[in-house]
Amino acid sequence: MTEFLQQLLNGLSLGAIYALIALGYTMVYGVLRFINFAHADVFMVGAFAGYYLGQFLPEDTLWGGSIVLIGAMAASAALGMTIERLAYRPLRNAPTLNVLITAIGVSLLLQYSGQVFFGAAPRTFPPVLPSRNFEIGTLTLSSNQLVVIGVAIALVVALQFIVFRTKMGTAMRAVSLNPKAAQLVGVNNNVVITFTFALGSALAGAGGILYSLNYPSIDPLMGVMPGLKAFVAAILGGIGNIPGAALGGLLLGTVETFVAGSQYSTYKDAIAFAILIIILLFRPAGLLGRFTAEKV
Amino acid sequence: MHSLPRRLVALFITLGLASMLTAQGTIKIGQFASLTGKEASLGQSSHKGTTLAVEHINAAGGVLGLRLELITEDTQSKAGESGTAVRKLISRDKVVALLGEVASSRSLEAAPIAQRSRIPMVSPASTNPQVTETGDYIFRTCFIDPFQGPVMAKFAKDTLKAKRIALLVSNSSAYSVGLAKFFKEAFLAGGGEIVAELKYSEGDKDFKAQLTNIRAANVDAIFNPGYYNEGALLVKQARDLGITLPIFGADSWEAQALIDLGGKAIEGAFLCSHYSPQDPSPRVQDFVEAYKAKHNATPDSNASLGYDSVLVLADAIRRAGSADPTKIRDALAATKDFPAVTGNITIDAQRNASKSAVIVTVKDGAFQYVQTIAP
Repeated sequence: MTEFLQQLLNGLSLGAIYALIALGYTMVYGVLRFINFAHADVFMVGAFAGYYLGQFLPEDTLWGGSIVLIGAMAASAALGMTIERLAYRPLRNAPTLNVLITAIGVSLLLQYSGQVFFGAAPRTFPPVLPSRNFEIGTLTLSSNQLVVIGVAIALVVALQFIVFRTKMGTAMRAVSLNPKAAQLVGVNNNVVITFTFALGSALAGAGGILYSLNYPSIDPLMGVMPGLKAFVAAILGGIGNIPGAALGGLLLGTVETFVAGSQYSTYKDAIAFAILIIILLFRPAGLLGRFTAEKV
Repeated sequence: MHSLPRRLVALFITLGLASMLTAQGTIKIGQFASLTGKEASLGQSSHKGTTLAVEHINAAGGVLGLRLELITEDTQSKAGESGTAVRKLISRDKVVALLGEVASSRSLEAAPIAQRSRIPMVSPASTNPQVTETGDYIFRTCFIDPFQGPVMAKFAKDTLKAKRIALLVSNSSAYSVGLAKFFKEAFLAGGGEIVAELKYSEGDKDFKAQLTNIRAANVDAIFNPGYYNEGALLVKQARDLGITLPIFGADSWEAQALIDLGGKAIEGAFLCSHYSPQDPSPRVQDFVEAYKAKHNATPDSNASLGYDSVLVLADAIRRAGSADPTKIRDALAATKDFPAVTGNITIDAQRNASKSAVIVTVKDGAFQYVQTIAP
């Protein structure tokens, strides 16, 4: 039983990070109907922004950790907006496939410029937050795991609030529903899209910091695997659906952890992805997604 | 009008002569190493040792009156790059011998190409037995996993007094899978028990799931036959989960990055090594001093093995009396009791180096000598 609870906790803290990245994929998809493949690399840049900020701040302090988190989110948001302005906006009226290919190009550009500017060798992420272990019976909780789960929940709640309770959120949903009609009723689409990128990228930046706190070895290609898993999580939950992305992330992280902790550890990714295929066979629109017919 | 072509011809002749002259003046040796990427820490050390050896040999008059010219290609720690690098070195640079890689997976990629082109290849530090089994042109200057596995098993049984062991194996690395197998055979033969064997892939960062399983399995020690990057992260996560058991790795844990990444958690971990810079023998101390003077760091195993790979190769070229790849190969195969930094190297019938191993531990942020285990 202890082992089960421990694995569940391990899985949830891994899944929470997938969920944070998945939210960015799903938000951009919801508004623009394309997969922003560069998102995983914004996650990497967030981690590096935190790494460089961490050099100027004392280790093991709560305020230092918060500054690193907020700074990385700001840097990622700025990067997300820049990418949108320079790479995607000129293609606003081009076919989706063109934008998709551009996204892959931006992703590779970030990965390989990262290798030039940050160097390809892994670096050690500084322990910016104080870390402690708690024992509850035979269960071991690390403060980092709790921070990951706590910050992820707080950010998802904040996101739900922004999307459903604010004017900007209403505009986002309007653009998502019908961009032309939104424009007709006075929504500035460009502002909404820029805001969506900023928000999604900030979440990826937060994910980058939380990931690096738990796994303190960072390199320019670190975004590839978590990015792929988060993309899968977004599809699993129903792409375009915010609670779906969070649910997909948690589910994927938990399944992966349980398989890795069993005797079938060799097949952890294979089993996680097999489950994805099975779920999509029965629910093609994802767990919480709704199937909308495309009008031809 | 017609004076221009004549001038061009003259220019080409001069250039051609110049290039012939430089080609005659050196013996070209190709090196492929992971200078960047995941295993850069190992590759960089190896490369620094290699360049130091080339400098020493050239300063002492070179080999057969010719200078050694080292041409290095980066494999970026990636699968697929070694093949490209080695093909480039052989066909474009026309090297007479190859040095590389540290990682067994990448040496295995390059070995068939070297064998087919009949260019001798000396791997400084790949310990997987398959590497030299590729063919009679492939050599190495380090001990191999069938030796290293039993050494670690002996250490676990005699020094750690462990009876029940859990293994954490990287299933995407030839080195890790092979070493785990040899360790297991020796440990089981010694009356020990392997209670759990869990897998991960290269590049994984989360080992909490596997470690939670091990925590419940009631073992005496954990063995991770893998690389330093994953090793440091998994030791850290084990300590986070409250696992206080001894954890030990093998020779691919030996990198400064293991200590940088592992921090306080890595203190007290054990690993196997090819040599120790604390060895008092003058041969080792002279090397350590020269390396420190040039690179401003204490040489680790890979640096000394990189250094030795050049010495062994240069010795073979000297004995062969020519830079002909086939003659170099024959001379390499006949290497006997060559006094290298990491011990006296004899190349056996399987083209492996036979010599002793040392166990080191991490203490106060540095590697500390524990004991030597002879073959």
